[in-house]
Amino acid sequence: MNIRRLLIMVPPYLWLLLLFLVPFLIVLKISLSDIALAIPPYTPTLEISEGWRGITTFLSKLDFENFTFLTTDDLYWKAYLSSLQIAAIATLLTLLLGYPIAYGMAQAAPEWRATLMMLVILPFWTSFLIRVYSWMGILANEGYLNQLLLWIGVIDTPLTILNTPVAVYIGIVYTYMPFMILPIYATLEKLDESLLEAAEDLGCSRISAFWLITVPLSRSGIIAGSFLVFIPTIGEFVIPSLLGGSRTLMIGKVLWEEFFNNRDWPVASAVAVVLLLILIIPIILFQRNQQKQQEAGQ
Amino acid sequence: MAQSEFAPWSDPAEKPLIRFQGVTKRFGAFTAIDDLTQDIYAQEFFALLGPSGCGKTTMMRMLAGFEAPSEGQILLDGQDMAHVPPNKRAVNMMFQSYALFPHLSVWDNIAFGLRRARMPKPEIDARVDEMLRLTRLEKFARRKPHQISGGQRQRVALARSLAKAPKLLLLDEPMGALDAKLRQDTQFELMDIQEKTGTTFVIVTHDQEEAMTVASRVAVMEDGRIVQVATPAEIYEVPETVYVADFIGDVNIFEGAATPSGDGYDIAWAEGQPPFHARTDKALSKGQKCYLAIRPEKIGISAEKPAEADNAIQGRIIDIAYLGNLSTYHVELPGGQMIKAQTANTRRLSRRALTWEDEVWLSWTKTGAVVLER
Repeated sequence: MNIRRLLIMVPPYLWLLLLFLVPFLIVLKISLSDIALAIPPYTPTLEISEGWRGITTFLSKLDFENFTFLTTDDLYWKAYLSSLQIAAIATLLTLLLGYPIAYGMAQAAPEWRATLMMLVILPFWTSFLIRVYSWMGILANEGYLNQLLLWIGVIDTPLTILNTPVAVYIGIVYTYMPFMILPIYATLEKLDESLLEAAEDLGCSRISAFWLITVPLSRSGIIAGSFLVFIPTIGEFVIPSLLGGSRTLMIGKVLWEEFFNNRDWPVASAVAVVLLLILIIPIILFQRNQQKQQEAGQ
Repeated sequence: MAQSEFAPWSDPAEKPLIRFQGVTKRFGAFTAIDDLTQDIYAQEFFALLGPSGCGKTTMMRMLAGFEAPSEGQILLDGQDMAHVPPNKRAVNMMFQSYALFPHLSVWDNIAFGLRRARMPKPEIDARVDEMLRLTRLEKFARRKPHQISGGQRQRVALARSLAKAPKLLLLDEPMGALDAKLRQDTQFELMDIQEKTGTTFVIVTHDQEEAMTVASRVAVMEDGRIVQVATPAEIYEVPETVYVADFIGDVNIFEGAATPSGDGYDIAWAEGQPPFHARTDKALSKGQKCYLAIRPEKIGISAEKPAEADNAIQGRIIDIAYLGNLSTYHVELPGGQMIKAQTANTRRLSRRALTWEDEVWLSWTKTGAVVLER
């Protein structure tokens, strides 16, 4: 009995250990190391052959130098703050656009819902990178969007969208939209139609019934969707570097530059560790929301 | 002082609260309500009874304002309701699923309608407390709907729909989700509350026993039409059609041809069998096809042929259903027809004189059976 339970519990923990904890410890270790012109480009490295003495000398060479370095250059905290701000605004935009879409899907005839759901997921069938590249083609000065607007006559000089924060927002909203739509749709689809009729019967207009019944009852979907967009957006690297140009400061881009341009693995690792610590707060809030939702469902 | 009987429908001077005037409702090609005309009076407890799909829920939803009639008018207090939306009607509805707002407490659920009416806060407090007392929910005011039992939820739904003191309360299968015992208690509670508040209730149900228990009048519906409207006693004792007789309670139906005889008619129902004799006010022509409806409890059952009976026929007991207070005998007649006869078990542990395969005599009086033309 106990052995069977143990066997069932082992795989998820093994998964977490191998694919989260071990890589994290490696990154943490590198963040405590010093930069070196070597392969790998940091010291110390662990010399198991020297036994116990090797381990103690290895540990004694680790320090928090890189973390203190992060506080000396204002680039880093500015990048963190800017990432949080961009993520927050992008999440809000995704919510404002995604909620009506999810609502429309939930209102659609049941035989249409599966198709609409598939259409929402459809973009995942193409590589994320290719989709972001194609936005460059759309948003560029000579891109399709400007061509269209010039042709209609709305504008007479092309709009500069690519390489501005606007392009980053467009990219993030576009990429993460399904993560917002699906949880909201899941809560709206379960919503009992008779609740809205009851609200109307008790004196609500359609609009006030929406704000008093529909929105509060889809709260858990809104929270889940917002975190699913907010959390990965903070560390987003591909979208700001392809669409954002040099003016958009995001921590994912800083991280990439530390690793591959400066080849300063220890500082890059320190940036990553701090990013993870920042992300822990919204992740815990997200988990609590999911737990509450599960309890309410029972 | 004798209490005068509540029967506004038989007083021609009385004005109805609700009037359906030639109302038809179509959904595409399907006709849910077919040219229906019906009055419902203030303070009535009016039951719409029928099988699923007979249009009773559509009638209720038209009263609430969720559906508009395709033809005809619905008048509330003499005013045409066609273009009044649900939130502007002095009508409230208790939903079959209760439709309690899961994110609001019992208290807030009950206060919901009052807040929408922009009632001042102290009045809301007083009214909600009054409703909580009426439905005995004081202790549960702070709980959420998922933290209380099914019976309590039902009472919250009732309190919420009564809070705005509507002219008309609609109840859609209000006891569908309750178990049998709780349902019985709740039926009496509902009648009590209806009497106390003086609100007009229209209840939709497919449970004939429930309709009979609570209603002042019952409307039996079939395929979008009301086939009979009468008090529960009249519906049971004087059904107008075989459909109504069959829908309300147990009944034995014989089909036959009528011949005037003495103070009534002889009804020949099977070849080689003596005809049944029954009295009726209806005028039937000789040889007219008719039906005889006899309730099981109106049929006597005995081992010997009763000396003085208007109708007596011999049969064989096939089955006995012991229900505690009653026993129902299933008796096969010589022609093969099955008849149900019921006797009250008035004596405890009485010797069971009759048993399976016994030859018995069934008998009833000439007024015990109802003659029906269709």
